[in-house]
Amino acid sequence: MDAVIENLPRYFSGFGYTLLLLVVAGIAAFIIGTLIAAMRISPVASLRGFATVYTELVRNTPLTLILFFCAFILPYFGVDFSYLVFAMIGLSVYTSPFVAEALRSGINGVPIGQAEAARSVGLGFGQSVTLVILPQAFRMTVPPLINVFIALTKNTSVAGGFFVAELFTIGKELANDNGNAVIAILLGVATFYLIITVPLGLVAGRIEKRLAVQR
Amino acid sequence: MSGSNVLFDAQGPKGRRLSLILSGVGLLLLAAGAAWVYSVLAAPRVATSGVELPSMLDPSRWDIFLDPRVWNRIIFVGVANTLKAASVAAVGAVALGVVFSLLRSAQTRWIRIPIAIILEFFRGMPVLLMMLFILLAGSTGAYWAVVIALILYNGALIGEALRAGLVALPRGQREAGLSLGMRPLQSRLLVEFPQAFRQMLPIIVAQLVVLLKDTSLGFIVGYPELIRVTMNNIASAVGNRYLFSLFFVTLVLYLIMNLSLSWFARWLSRRTASGGKAGRAGRGRRRPPEDPNDAMLNMRQASTDAAASATGGSV
Repeated sequence: MDAVIENLPRYFSGFGYTLLLLVVAGIAAFIIGTLIAAMRISPVASLRGFATVYTELVRNTPLTLILFFCAFILPYFGVDFSYLVFAMIGLSVYTSPFVAEALRSGINGVPIGQAEAARSVGLGFGQSVTLVILPQAFRMTVPPLINVFIALTKNTSVAGGFFVAELFTIGKELANDNGNAVIAILLGVATFYLIITVPLGLVAGRIEKRLAVQR
Repeated sequence: MSGSNVLFDAQGPKGRRLSLILSGVGLLLLAAGAAWVYSVLAAPRVATSGVELPSMLDPSRWDIFLDPRVWNRIIFVGVANTLKAASVAAVGAVALGVVFSLLRSAQTRWIRIPIAIILEFFRGMPVLLMMLFILLAGSTGAYWAVVIALILYNGALIGEALRAGLVALPRGQREAGLSLGMRPLQSRLLVEFPQAFRQMLPIIVAQLVVLLKDTSLGFIVGYPELIRVTMNNIASAVGNRYLFSLFFVTLVLYLIMNLSLSWFARWLSRRTASGGKAGRAGRGRRRPPEDPNDAMLNMRQASTDAAASATGGSV
């Protein structure tokens, strides 16, 4: 326990990096994912095809491999960033198809009668999507999206294997330095992750329960 | 809203032409992108020292794959280790998930609440951290660290899914079991659980795809699975100039493994969605999900019905 308290500053610096990764990769993944989801419901067939292939490929590639690509193969091609930026790129790319799927499942959750009604009063594609479908889909999308971000929080730990000094790396280093307090040190690291994931999960559950009543 | 083609009219000649043009432009852009990637790959590299190195597509960067010993290493060490860890962990995770779900939905508060806390704990922390924990605190060796961490993490997720399935069953199932004179445990095991298991099967298989992907975390804790074998062992044996070709082969192998398991999951969920299940599924409020990855998301709805506040996540 003493080892944890002594090293609190290092924990906080690692936690800062974890939060940074989470926020930046989360926003980037949200933007890419929204684009992909928009492509998947668009009238243009080639966009739909591209989005589907992208989703399938990225979702079936392990995060470790994507981060490996970013950290070791990209520099080979003359892309020159810090490992932190590489990790952000990798995490956003890996998370984006999951965001897209969450959005799409929300859109699919809107009863088809809504779309039919919108179309039958004469709204076009853009109008019925933005005025009728999305406002309803959005509410249903929030809980799965929060889930995606919870998973992203946990996935930031993988960046620790690729030279980013976030919580996982800090935990590894501290465990090496304090061989006699490994359990306490790692439980400390786990606590920091749980500080993010558990409240997010509770929020998701709360929102969902409210929606369940409204539905 | 399943058929999104309600959203736009069947296109007239103008619209068709526009869509065709847009598709063409899209294809052109893709082709241009592919050509650019190709040109970058095919261009000779110039090292910082000014020495010109062969391009990424140069045969000298791919010739190791003519050597059967390399393939031996890749298939019989890398792929085999990945599959070994994944299959052992999959069996363990399903078994543990069954136990967790039964304990989590137990009548006794003494069992239910501690199990709920344990599940929340396992699901809330990264698998990688769990691996490190087991590796350092348990000193088990990398293989068991990977397998045990995957069993605990995925067991917790599968347990939560199964519990959601149990709670989502029509109440009459349990009442019928009890009224036949079964004891609560009998009714749970013989009547409710088999139904919940079938309902949640697509979600479980989807979770196993995630498990297969997560074995790659062994790369970081030092278990010689596919990525470690190719990108670390072989790459350091034959030299870094093969790094790109090794990466490419690894990616393709992973895609083959994961895509076939994903397709199996999709096939399975289609199969369970139709046929004998239709009657009961129609009675429940939720249709069985068509896509196992949707299913993962739908699991949240299931757990809401279970009045749960779950911290799941399928990514």
